[in-house]
Amino acid sequence: MAEIAIRDLRKEFGAFTAVKSSTFTIGDGEFFMLLGPSGCGKTTTLRMIAGLELPSGGEIRIDGEDVANRPASQRDIAFVFQMFALYPHMNVRRNIAYPLASQGMPRDQIRARVDEVARILGISNMLDRPVGGLSGGDRQRVALGRAIVRQPKAFLMDEPLGALDAEFREHMAEELRALHDRIGATTVYVTHDQLEAMQMGDKIVVMNHGVVEQFGLPQDIYDWPATMFVADFIGSPAMNFLPFNGTVTPGAESVSLDGISVRVPMQRAAASGRLVLGVRPEHVTLDDAAPYRGRVEAAEYLGTTQIVTLDTAQGSLKARIPSSRAVRVGEHVGLAFTPGTLTLFDADNGQALLSEGNERVLAHG
Amino acid sequence: MSGYSVTEASPRQKTIAAVLVMTYTLITLMPLVWIIATGFKTPADAISYPPKVIFEPTLEGYVNLFTTRTRVTQEQLQAMGPPQTWYDAIVRQYDMVIAGPSRYGERFLNSVIIGFGSTFLSVFLGTLAAYAFSRFKVPLKDDLLFFILSTRMMPPIAVAIPIFLMYRTLGLSDTHLGMILLYTAVNLSLSVWLLKGFIDEIPREYEEAALIDGYTRFQAFVKVVLPQASTGIAATAVFCLIFAWNEYAFAVLLTSGTAQTAPPFIPTIIGVGGQDWPAVAAGATLFLLPVMVFTILLRKHLLRGITFGAVRK
Repeated sequence: MAEIAIRDLRKEFGAFTAVKSSTFTIGDGEFFMLLGPSGCGKTTTLRMIAGLELPSGGEIRIDGEDVANRPASQRDIAFVFQMFALYPHMNVRRNIAYPLASQGMPRDQIRARVDEVARILGISNMLDRPVGGLSGGDRQRVALGRAIVRQPKAFLMDEPLGALDAEFREHMAEELRALHDRIGATTVYVTHDQLEAMQMGDKIVVMNHGVVEQFGLPQDIYDWPATMFVADFIGSPAMNFLPFNGTVTPGAESVSLDGISVRVPMQRAAASGRLVLGVRPEHVTLDDAAPYRGRVEAAEYLGTTQIVTLDTAQGSLKARIPSSRAVRVGEHVGLAFTPGTLTLFDADNGQALLSEGNERVLAHG
Repeated sequence: MSGYSVTEASPRQKTIAAVLVMTYTLITLMPLVWIIATGFKTPADAISYPPKVIFEPTLEGYVNLFTTRTRVTQEQLQAMGPPQTWYDAIVRQYDMVIAGPSRYGERFLNSVIIGFGSTFLSVFLGTLAAYAFSRFKVPLKDDLLFFILSTRMMPPIAVAIPIFLMYRTLGLSDTHLGMILLYTAVNLSLSVWLLKGFIDEIPREYEEAALIDGYTRFQAFVKVVLPQASTGIAATAVFCLIFAWNEYAFAVLLTSGTAQTAPPFIPTIIGVGGQDWPAVAAGATLFLLPVMVFTILLRKHLLRGITFGAVRK
């Protein structure tokens, strides 16, 4: 097991920059998520860690050793591919045994290890079957088996659940997490699914256009996004953005939206011009006494909660409120925002303004 | 009531298709059947008019194919006593005796060496080149591929004279090596292009998985890519062999003795002792066999190979 440290890692394909100077550290035994939309550089980053792609610059340290220019075969890591990449001309047993065979391990030892791994994954009964006829989930298990049989320093997974049915994905996600907790191996997991990332990850890196937008604990990233991109990408529905023109000075505890004062966490920096107030849907409450007003456009019933879409002076806004509160389309309501949860952004560069609330999270990132 | 289906052919359509296929098969098989039949006729039967469909089979053509014969007088024949073997007996009906073996065996062996040798070389080099083109960043890749293909844009015989002069200077005329190199050069463009298509279809992940599993690039190529490409390799080999085996023009031009292949040799049989059509037909029949056997052996691969990648599995 190992710690993986990424320093100023870059990758250019000709004129196209896939990954811009990225730095983050994956702790020993962590389940680490690389999250971002397609084309954001997350897979390229993972492939550089694996040694399938050579970086244009920067360091990749596995257990303190710089492996950036080593071939994949010398890095002692395992990789689980999205399409599984099981060797189609071999049966299940040979697939799982293949990495051990390359190390020249004696046959009886290989057999014992494969049997043990098959038992952990519950695929002992299919060891002699060809991989062609297996279901998606079983293929996934065989791919995992091939990865864990070697007891490598780290597991790298490229959207391993992407090829599975939605129904089965949930189940496999739990299985994966349980497997990780059991063997405690450092795992780097690439996904574009923010729910999957929050559900499974110990830590998350959010990437966009080859840039690391934010790096931290799932809850910190959700509560205190560093950029508007992260705020928008994580959470469903996404964070509401209420644009306004104004000035913020250090120590300010409220901003003015068209003359209506809204309380925000105490600000640490100065900013002025085009600003954005970010508020999560669950931090909006309907309060007839509140001065900030909106008109109900639609309501989506979700069981215990409902998502209400409102039209405000700052544009459309979604609120997640208990289903027990009856709303009528066309109704005018007052809207209150939970003060300690709000984030202000600079609309020009998308960065969050430092405040009492997010300084703990953003200071180190 | 039978339903109307858009995907399934109706019984009537199936009948029409079957009739068409059978008619086509008959038409294409006719010359083959005729060649094979002629091989078992006597020279008289072979040229009789109207053509004989029912005839008494004889191995005369095959005996004549493999032997050279000299005419002897009746007295000499009588002096020799009864024939020792069945083929002696056949020859003596025409007042002849066997003088020695013909060159057909040698020419046939030349065809085998040159045909299979150049096929092996074309497929071997083609696989390596196709893998490189498929997987690596090769400078000027598209231009190189076009350049390779461009060697097919004229009939190979168009460059016969330069090749003839070149081979004479290099001492490659009428050598096995020369013919193997020539057929390899002609086939290589086909082989690179066909195999590149097949290798492109093999997901890179398989090799990447092998690289991660601790294998070198070359080991990954041999152990993971080659087994998957076997279908394509088989199909390519069949095409290369068929070309090299049947090639006539270069063989006539560049070989006459030691390296002469069967195609230019077979027509020369006709000149030995009159118009011996059965011997020519026998030579052609035997010449057909290796490619037929090779193709039948690889048939399963071939069918899958030709349609490979057409439909996503």
